[in-house]
Parts: sequence; C-alpha cells; structure tokens
Amino acid sequence: MSHRYLPLTEKDKNAMLETIGIKDVSELFEDIPESVRFKGELDIKEKKSETSLLRELTNISKKNITTETHTSFLGAGVYDHYIPTVVDHVISRSEFYTAYTPYQPEISQGELQAIFEFQTLIAELTGMDVANSSMYDGPTAFAEAATMAAGQTKKKKVVVSKGVHYQAIEVLKTYCKGQNIEVVEVDLNGSYTDLEKLAEASDEDTAAVMVQYPNFLGSIEDLEAMEEIAHKHKALFVVNSNPLALSLLTPPGEFGADIVTGDTQVFGIPAQFGGPHCGYFAATKKLMRKMPGRLIGQTQDDEGNRGFVLTLQAREQHIRRDKATSNICSNQALNALASSVAMSALGKNGAVEMAEQNIQKTNYMKNKLKSAGFTILDGQSFNEFAVKLSKDVDEINDELLEYGYIGGYNLEKVDADFAGYMLVAVTELRTKEEIDGFIERLGEYNA
Amino acid sequence: MDLSKGWVNTMLKGSSPLIFERSIEDRFAYSLPDLEVEKADISTIIDDKFVRKTKAELPEISELDLMRHYTELSNKNYGVDSGFYPLGSCTMKYNPKINEKVARMPGFALSHPLQSDKTIQGSLEIVYDMQEHLKEITGMDEITLQPAAGAQGEWTALMMIKAFHEDNGDFNRTKVIVPDSAHGTNPASAVVAGFEAVTVKSNDKGLVDIEHLKSLVGDDTAAIMLTNPNTLGLFEEDILEMRDIVHEAGGKLYYDGANLNAIMAKVRPGDMGFDAVHLNLHKTFTGPHGGGGPGSGPIGVKSELAKYLPKPIVVKNEDDSYKVEHDVPKSIGRVKPFFGNFGIFLRAYTYIRTMGPDGLKEVSEIAVLNANYMMRRLEGTFELPYKQHCKHEFVISGSRQKKMGVRTLDMAKRLLDFGYHPPTIYFPLNVEECMMIEPTETESKETLDGFVDTLIGISKEAEEDPDIVLEAPHTTVVGRLDETQAARKPVLRFQRDDIVEEK
Repeated sequence: MSHRYLPLTEKDKNAMLETIGIKDVSELFEDIPESVRFKGELDIKEKKSETSLLRELTNISKKNITTETHTSFLGAGVYDHYIPTVVDHVISRSEFYTAYTPYQPEISQGELQAIFEFQTLIAELTGMDVANSSMYDGPTAFAEAATMAAGQTKKKKVVVSKGVHYQAIEVLKTYCKGQNIEVVEVDLNGSYTDLEKLAEASDEDTAAVMVQYPNFLGSIEDLEAMEEIAHKHKALFVVNSNPLALSLLTPPGEFGADIVTGDTQVFGIPAQFGGPHCGYFAATKKLMRKMPGRLIGQTQDDEGNRGFVLTLQAREQHIRRDKATSNICSNQALNALASSVAMSALGKNGAVEMAEQNIQKTNYMKNKLKSAGFTILDGQSFNEFAVKLSKDVDEINDELLEYGYIGGYNLEKVDADFAGYMLVAVTELRTKEEIDGFIERLGEYNA
Repeated sequence: MDLSKGWVNTMLKGSSPLIFERSIEDRFAYSLPDLEVEKADISTIIDDKFVRKTKAELPEISELDLMRHYTELSNKNYGVDSGFYPLGSCTMKYNPKINEKVARMPGFALSHPLQSDKTIQGSLEIVYDMQEHLKEITGMDEITLQPAAGAQGEWTALMMIKAFHEDNGDFNRTKVIVPDSAHGTNPASAVVAGFEAVTVKSNDKGLVDIEHLKSLVGDDTAAIMLTNPNTLGLFEEDILEMRDIVHEAGGKLYYDGANLNAIMAKVRPGDMGFDAVHLNLHKTFTGPHGGGGPGSGPIGVKSELAKYLPKPIVVKNEDDSYKVEHDVPKSIGRVKPFFGNFGIFLRAYTYIRTMGPDGLKEVSEIAVLNANYMMRRLEGTFELPYKQHCKHEFVISGSRQKKMGVRTLDMAKRLLDFGYHPPTIYFPLNVEECMMIEPTETESKETLDGFVDTLIGISKEAEEDPDIVLEAPHTTVVGRLDETQAARKPVLRFQRDDIVEEK
C-alpha cells in the first residue's frame, strides 16, 4: 500500500494483472494516442502528511477575519445567524453525506424522507402548494424562475425590481442571455420598488414580474400592489424571499405569488465564504410539472408501507435530455438537510421568535441612529437598513476593523447614487452591548 | 400513530413517522439569545397586512427526539461509508474525514464573501491556489471555480463559447454536437445556453462514429461535447482526428470532466485539444455527494476563451496578496453568487494536497486496474458489449439473464439484499439491459471479489430460482415502491389532514 486511501497491496495488484492478462498497468492506457500522453510529473505541490497539512491549512484559515474574531453587521444576502448545535451532528452522519442522489429508494428512505420534510417546511413558510428538493442557491433559483416563466407564458421579457439582490439580478441576466429573454430593470424609489415604474414596465409581453421580500435594502415590499401589477397582464408573479422573515411576515403565497424562491442559508448554514448555501423553489400546484430540479413524492411499497421516491422525473435532463425543463442535476441535499434540522429545532414558535428578534434589534438600532441625527433610507425593515455616513464606506469599514467590527455593505458598489450609504444587518446574535458599541463608533461618521 | 407510547425505533423495518407526526405542542429544541432591547409592538414597525396571521406549521420537538428522528433516518440511508457503491459515472470513492475537518475550520466557515479583500486573504489564497492546481491537472490556461455543479459548468462554458463566436461576428453557430452515450445534462445544457443539440452516433466499438461526425460538422457547429473516457468507460482513441474535424469546421471542443478519475497524470484534456473543460469536484476530488449535492463544477479554458470567464475572478497581486477582480469587460457575467461552493473547494483542495502528484497518478491507475479486473471476472457470466480494455468504469449487459425472465432492474434490487448499492442501470441508453459499474480506487480486492461473486451468484439464481430475484429486495426497510402512483397522484408535502384522519 502506498497511500492510506489506496488499499491494494503489490500482491493484490499482481493477481489482478494476471486475471486481466497483462503485465503492467500501463498497458491499460495504450489506447491514449502516444503524442498526447502525459509523460512527466504533474507540477503541483507534493503531498503532505495529515498533521502537517492540517497545520498549514489552519494557518491559512487564520488569515481571514470572521464572525469569530470580529462582531459583524454585514449581511447583504449572507447572514450571521444562530445555528443549533444539533445541525452539524446530523449532517456529519456519513450515511447522509456520503450517499449519492437517492436513485435506489429502498436503501435511501432516510434521505428521501428528510427532503420530503424539507419540501413541506418550505411550502409551509412560503405559503405555496409545493416546493422542490432544493436548488444551487437563491440567485440561480430566482433565475430559473424567469426561464420557467418564459417557457410557461411563451413570452420573452421579464421585469425585475432593483430591490432584488444585485447578484441575483446579475445571475438572472446571464441565464436570460442564453435564452434570448429580455430583462427590464425597474428603479427604486427610496428603499422600495417604484410601483409606478413597475406598472409601466409590465405589459402584455411580460413573462414574469420579479421582486424581493424583504428587498435587498431590508424593506418589506408591498406584495399586494405588486401582485396586481403582475397579474394584470397575466405575467407570473415571482417573489424572492428570505425564509426566516417568512416565519413572521405574511407569506408570498397568500399574496398570490406564482413562484417563490430564495436561500435557506439563514437556517443552519454558515456563511462559508458564500457557498455552498441552499436555494429553494416553491410554486403553485398548477406549475408543479414545469418546475426545475428534483422532487420527492410519497407512495407505498408492495406491502402498503409508506415510502418516498424521486418523482415527476419526466421533467428532468436524465430522462428528457434536450427537452428537459432545466439542465439542473445536482441539488443541495446536504444543505437542505441542515436547514431542515435548524427549522425543526426552532419549530413553530422558535422561528417566529428568531425572526422577531431580528426585527426588534434592527429597529432598535435604526431608531437610535435616527435619534442621533443619522440619515436613514427608511422603510419597514426586517433585519437590514441603509444609513448615510460621512465618507467612503470602504474606508470606514477599514477603520472599523481596528475596533473589532465587520461593518455593513458598501451600497455604492451596487449603484453610484448610493455613495456613502452602508447597508447594516442586525441579526438575533447581536447583543445590545454590541449594537450600542457599533452605534457609538458610527458617531464618528454621522453625515 | 399513537404518540402516547413514547419513542419506538423503526430503523430496522417499515416506515418512520414524519417529523410533523412527532410534533407535540409546546416542545422545542432551540436556545436563542436574550432579546435585551426594549420590545416594540410589532404593529408599530410593520403594517398589519404584512404580519403573518397563522404560524407556519414547523414541528415542535425536543432536542433528543430531534436527534433520534434524524438518527433513525440516517440508519435508513446507504452511503459510501456504509458499503460498496459501484454507481457508474458517479465516482463514489471514499470521502476523507480530514476534508470535513478543514471545511469546518472557523476561519473558513465563518468568513463572509462580501468582506474587503484584505480581510479574506486566507479564502482567496485557497481559491487562487486551487485554480493553479486545476490548471496543471487539466492542462488548461485559466480556471473559474464559480459554477455550482457539473451541469452549471457545462452551461457556463457553452455560454463562453457562444460569446467567443459572436465576438468573431459568427452568429450562425447554433448547433452543439453530443454523442448518443452522453450524460443527459449535455444536451440539456446546450439548450439552456440557446443552442440546438445534435446527436452523433456511436460505432460498434462504443466510440464516436467518425464518418457520422464528419457529416454533422459545418459552419453552424458551435462545439462538440465529449466525455473521454466516455460513459461506456472507453477511451475515444480517435480524439485527435475528432479534434481536427471540429476545429477545422470552426467549432470548439468541450470536455465533460465527469470521468477525469480515469486519466489524471495520464493525459490532460488541454493536451488532447479541448478548448473548455468542467470538473466535478464532488466526483474525482472527493467532495462528498451529500445525498445529491452540493457539488462544485469548476471550468477550465484555453487562453482565447479566458476573457469571457464569469466574473469576478480571483487574481494574485505583485506583492503576493490576492484580489477579487470585477473588471472583466468581456465576461459572460455572473453564473453563481459570490465565489461558488467554497466549502467544496476546500475539501477538494485538501484532497489534492493529501495525494500530491504521484498520488493522483496512482489514483487513476488503480481506478482503471480495479475496473478492468472486475470486467474480466464478470465477462464469462454477463454479456460484455465492448471487448477492449476499459478505463475507470465499464458496462455489461443483462441480455442473457433477460432471456431467463430476469431483468437488470431485478438483479439490481437483489444486490440490495446482499448489502451492496447497485451499479447505474439502463444508462447509457445505447446498451440493452445495461449495468454500468465504477468501483473507484479506494476499494480493496476483497470488496471487488465479494461483489463480483455476488453478482455471478444472482445470475445463477436467475437461472435456478428466478422468483427470489424477481421479488427482491427482501431485506430492506421497505419493498419496491410504486413509482407510477407517485407520479400519477403526486403527494409532494405532508398534508396536515393526514394527522386528523389517523387520529
């Protein structure tokens, strides 16, 4: 044996070569054209022992500033939330994490049931009829909603509010470019989508009206008014939504959304530098057979036992190839499991309490800043809001690091009109002391 | 269900209650921080119409019962750590535990992707060094780690190829050629990228039919997508001729890296003439499959395609620090938020650093040795449609057993009774009663022998006692499930009314 992951001994190899009827392993590679065979040694780093590699990687990891070393007020789509300790214990069970997609249901009932439960949890939170087994992340789920809407309505234009996370809009544009779908962006008015402009942009040629709730600036958009605009010309109403907020806010389903997408990072998934997180995709029953991604359904075995299987696979690429509703294959099953555990640990009341703490702490901070004379781009805030500061936010963030804070997101990076605005996120994990301390530091930059 | 009996473990046989059926009002498993700030009346913050009136029905369960629920479910699930998993095309190799430890290091797990560059130097160093390693392994000029999975990598690269052609004023290249043995994602990705997928046939050796390919290429060819070794586990030995045919027609060669495990340090996609390649870090590079994901599908390209890479890109400054570069004017745009599935790069990077150059080469050699050994041991009992040496996987046909009245699906289900995960079945589509077997390099000879002996034994059962195979599985927690019913009357979520009925 030459490596701990490679169990064949020399004796094994010789016996196997004999069975195959060859003298050397190299004979198995003789069908590779001689002129392109790789002859030297790969110019990559030499192997390391377990302990020395761990030491090296620990040292690299320590070059990062994190929510462990600093107090964070940065959100903008990725949040520092409470993760119940049980979550990592469940997803560390290798029966879950070393399994493939559950194509053999008899020995995959654990995964199938867990994801069926995930689908139920998402349907409950969003107020929708059905949800799939997960998508790569919120932005790609949102983009797939646009291509699905275009397929469903046979129209080639989507209208998207600039209140949607800017990266979701970027991903949307890339997806739409491939399929020649026009993307029309609608401006904000203060911290909300400009509803007049949204209505102007939406017409008979619109496949989908796409918004975010709460929006990128943390404000709770008026889904009632937006639904009317979307459905006036029979476009699909697509809402991108933070599922934690939905434990306390009226769900998009109740406002007549056709598709709800988002990311479950807020439930049990660490920031981990932006991924893997976990997209979700929920829809009305009417759209069920057009949804992208895997779906788990309930059924019975030959003795009448309840069981779960992958279902409605006629939508998917491995059956339909070029006629599939999407090219998606992998989902984010392990992260969906993490989110299911977190949602179940919180439960019916805990999810509401956690959401409410976000609202209360955020509004506490916002009101204190207002009383101190700060300019706020105001709205009805969930756990984020934009505050105007006296100089470049990147410079301020650099200075804040010295005091142990990771400051909020510099909104100027999204739109030059937002120069000087910081998007501040306050989650349930921020203590009153941390919030008060941060407010005090920001006093230096009161515009 | 009668909850008054307390906890009853059903891990060995039968169905488990759903977590919703285990819910008892007033239980919980969380511990939130104190609110501390003065609590305002919610109606003073949010309009009444936006305040949810009925709570979402999340389960109410204690922490121990929560752990027992998921432990019970895990016991009804089969992973690589449970046993042999020769699922062809999926590369179900061992998932090293050091990888999991590294991915959970707080410095990595708790860093935010929108922090300033100087505060994320550790993460950027991993991204950059991973790119460098993958460049060398694939023989490509530039790498992006952004795509979420293989299928997204395919689509990303095709979007770049489209941008390349259009940049050259070439708007008529609307077709992407895909072999009949290709993964379903290939034609699907081509369509999502706005192309038409055209199928090229395989010949009787299981390889791309060169004459047919010649008849398909033309000035409407955008690209060909190839897996090499292909999904039959066979090396496309005419690859250089294919390269010339496609390049001379003005098309690009796309390499589906699903089967890279067969050829590391043996031949590189870049050297074979491929212009773009995706890798499945969750296959070759030990990212755990997670029950279906997350994956990670980096792509590599030759320099003439590099300017179209999705943005942002991670670059090294002159002072050896790292930077996120957003200014990529010809980029196709963003395909995935932030930097991709960083947690999976970390695992794959740890693996590459654990193996080193010699190790990776040996991985491919042993993966191929194991597959050929199994193939030769099985060929007397099963029909072997392609006789040449295979690479890391091979296909056999259950056509002989079908004549005895037992189909490949039945034999696959019978394997469950012996504690094995079955191979991939009925794929690729061009082999009758197909079984596609990929042992990987991390299995011992005894494990391979045990599986081969069992499969031969099942073939004997098919001859002597077919019912035992036809009625399999006999030992699993549930029997064969009615998939037709599941699709005809879809139940995709727990219906709360069920509880009412059962009570």
